[in-house]
Amino acid sequence: MLRVKELSCTRDQRPLFSSLSFSVASGELLQVVGANGSGKSTLLRCLVGLYTGYEGDVDWQLNEAPLYLGHKAGVKSSLSVLENLQWLAGLRNVSLDSELLGETLSKLRLEGYEDVPCGRLSEGQRKRVALSQFLLCPNACWVMDEPLSAIDDRGLEFLTARMSEHLDDGGSIILSSHQSVPVDRPLSTVSLG
Amino acid sequence: MRFFFASMTRDLRVHFRRPSEVLNPLVFFAVVISLFPLGIGPSPDQLSLVAPGIVWVAALLATLMSMDLLFRSDFDDGSLEQVVLSGQSLMVLTLAKVFAHWLIAGLPLVVLMPIVGLVLFLEVDGIWTLALSLLLVSPTLSLVGSIGAALTVGLPRGGLLVTILILPLYVPVLILATAMVQAALSGSDVSGYIYWLLAVLLLSLALAPLATSAALHLSVDE
Repeated sequence: MLRVKELSCTRDQRPLFSSLSFSVASGELLQVVGANGSGKSTLLRCLVGLYTGYEGDVDWQLNEAPLYLGHKAGVKSSLSVLENLQWLAGLRNVSLDSELLGETLSKLRLEGYEDVPCGRLSEGQRKRVALSQFLLCPNACWVMDEPLSAIDDRGLEFLTARMSEHLDDGGSIILSSHQSVPVDRPLSTVSLG
Repeated sequence: MRFFFASMTRDLRVHFRRPSEVLNPLVFFAVVISLFPLGIGPSPDQLSLVAPGIVWVAALLATLMSMDLLFRSDFDDGSLEQVVLSGQSLMVLTLAKVFAHWLIAGLPLVVLMPIVGLVLFLEVDGIWTLALSLLLVSPTLSLVGSIGAALTVGLPRGGLLVTILILPLYVPVLILATAMVQAALSGSDVSGYIYWLLAVLLLSLALAPLATSAALHLSVDE
């Protein structure tokens, strides 16, 4: 699904990583670990193509761009939860199925918040809105930068269950996290720094 | 096309939920213009002479003030990243955003024009020509301004830089537009100026989205 060869990146005269090679197959979970400032986010941005200041090869064998959650959630604070999700799904040319939408929102405990502007939600709730796009838009690869921060225990349980399902369906996940990811599936790790 | 309408309605929604950001440039426009009669005296002869220039300079500054509305919040909250990733056309996004921006920042200036013209003792002919020239030029201002807004969106205080980058590019339309109003006031034919302004509008409609989408790519790449 993804093959990375000899990837190197230097920022502000500081080498973040060099000659990094790995691959992600379908059904595989890759966790990027490393200290603060070791280049985890930069690596993920390089992978999805948002940052191009790297050397080496990033080769995707995918029909569509992977779904990505970065530090900035991509959730507009003056728009409601529903409007944000419609926009995010529209970007991927997905029309929202109301049944799936209702189920996802109730599982993420955002039910009743559909028409609330995201600016009035808590940090964790906003993160849930951003995470909903992974559950609503079918996509083979998920790239997530710190998806588990600001998420409570019940949300974590639900998310890891959905991650396992996604992996079983032949999808793959690349995520960076300081916590260990409680997903009971084969896990490979890339350590930085 | 669907993406164009989706982006446009989204932007209009965002703007209408934050009316103060939209109204500030308009209030600025009205206040600047109403200061001139106080500054140079209320004599109708003097005021009507300098009116076209005053209105134009105020309109340019008001447009530049509102330029930050275009991409800033989308950049800050990560929406722009998601658009870049999704592979949707940034040119379509730019056109949709500029059109929404023109609806909320350009068109109201045209609507304010008759009132402003009366304040400055412009003749009725002059007011209509001024409104017409503003109608033709304001989309150009938004389009050209979008290039500067896209280039500076990643910088923390880009506002002043946009002004320095973009104001020189506004000079040709400023010359044409004020000349058009002067011509109308002296009773000559203005159709030549209309064609020129339309030509500039079409040129910027064709080229500005290209430059803006390239600039957006640069700004997101960090």
